[in-house]
Amino acid sequence: MITLKDVHFSYANNIEALKGISLTINDGDFIAIMGQNGAGKTTFIKHFNGLLKPSSGTVHVNGVETTKTSVAMLARNIGFVFQNPDNQLFSETVEDEIAFALKNFGFDKETIEKRVTWALDFLSLTQYRKTSPFLLSGGERKRVALASVLAWDPETLVLDEPTIGQDHEQKEKLRQFIMQLQAKKKTVVMVTHDVEFVSECNPRVILIRDGKIVADGIAKDILTNSKLLKESSIVLPQIAQIFTKLSPLGLPADIIDLDEAETVILSKAKKEA
Amino acid sequence: MSVFDGLKFRKVSSPIHNLDPRIKFIYVIAIFISAILFHQILPLAILLLIQLPFVFLARVQKQWIRSLRGAAFLATFIFIINILTKFFYNNWTLTALDIETAIGMTMRFIVLVESFSVFFLTTSPDYLGLALEQSRMPYEFSFAFTTAVRFVPVLAEEAQTIMDAQKARGLELEKGNILKRIRNYIPILIPLIVSAIRRSLELAEAMESRAWGAAKKRTNLYLLKLHKGDCILISVTALILLVTIYVRLFLFSSIPLMNELISRLI
Repeated sequence: MITLKDVHFSYANNIEALKGISLTINDGDFIAIMGQNGAGKTTFIKHFNGLLKPSSGTVHVNGVETTKTSVAMLARNIGFVFQNPDNQLFSETVEDEIAFALKNFGFDKETIEKRVTWALDFLSLTQYRKTSPFLLSGGERKRVALASVLAWDPETLVLDEPTIGQDHEQKEKLRQFIMQLQAKKKTVVMVTHDVEFVSECNPRVILIRDGKIVADGIAKDILTNSKLLKESSIVLPQIAQIFTKLSPLGLPADIIDLDEAETVILSKAKKEA
Repeated sequence: MSVFDGLKFRKVSSPIHNLDPRIKFIYVIAIFISAILFHQILPLAILLLIQLPFVFLARVQKQWIRSLRGAAFLATFIFIINILTKFFYNNWTLTALDIETAIGMTMRFIVLVESFSVFFLTTSPDYLGLALEQSRMPYEFSFAFTTAVRFVPVLAEEAQTIMDAQKARGLELEKGNILKRIRNYIPILIPLIVSAIRRSLELAEAMESRAWGAAKKRTNLYLLKLHKGDCILISVTALILLVTIYVRLFLFSSIPLMNELISRLI
């Protein structure tokens, strides 16, 4: 469980990036953090594993205050996958890259071997086990970065812009993979601009603007509120746009899910017929 | 990164910022030469004091002090090495003169660092490139130089992100003995180098697609012209050089040592 109480944060150049954020993330939550560029999303999530410490206010992870422990200790529970995989890849083989964190955390040899094999398999990277990560494509590098974090099986996974540079198939795989983690009762927090992806995943959505939380609720409520989204430079998902336009015909406007849309249209069509 | 901050240009308008970078560079070189010609404390102290009006006119005191603080580590190192070598060389004895020479050497280093600090703090990389270009340097060279200068803060920021990313994977930079600590930096350095190379290739492609090197002769939006301030600075520089050479040639042996000065005062 992560608890933030009135967190303020200013960078060295006195720019206040967070202006009083209070939030509780429960175990097993699936949260999408959205907001325009420069709203403070990345600054916000960097508080979860102590990479940034609040200028005032407190952040507790499982009851431990982040100022009273090290990033390495917090990282054991909070897996953080950075936006750009090139910021972390350095090993000669994909296998070594994934084993890096496991060695840092002091796992024994057998466990490392087992976890690496599992992570490679989980993200369909087994064929690249002995390949240099630098020879892989952008999407594959991103998966290696993800695998290198998943390998130590953290309770909470924080993903910064996971869908950037991924084709549709990879995004779908990522979605299924998040669902699998959810089934295992893991907490997943992702920062994203991708409304379509969020509407497909249907998480709890937290909207940040100018260092403050302006909305916090289920995806269906927030992604259909055009006024709220417009203020954060976000457009409605395409399904919601169509249903907003069709609402004069007596169809509900607050629909973001493809299956739900189908059901609603079919029942309407049946009634008309 | 505080050392870099002492060299990083910030856009301010001041009489010093508006000076021609070529003249400023000649001035820095003059100070450089003067500092190398002396090893006594008195002339080096004067050379250090000469910087102060520039610093105040340019209103960069804060950053200048920061660069001083950044240089303090190396300065201490130079001082200690000087003292130790003198100490061992003279059969475990140390005279007041030895200490003075050590202080002098340290001050020479500080004078060099500080004059360059003033130069970089008050000269924008663009102006620097312009100055190189108008000194008939091939554009390829001046461009490479300005790009290198401009990318220093970008790389520093990138290094910070990489450090964060590796810390998030349980890397503890401060852990272990010296060898282990050095090895801890491998996961930081490799991504930094790889991304710098990748970035430079991308930059090259982007530049070529914007017609880099299409015309033999490039035109410039801005031209450097000498103003009144530049003439004053060049006169000041000439004066410093003349005085330096005169003192060095004719008065060098009669420059008083600090311990003499102090004993005379007492």
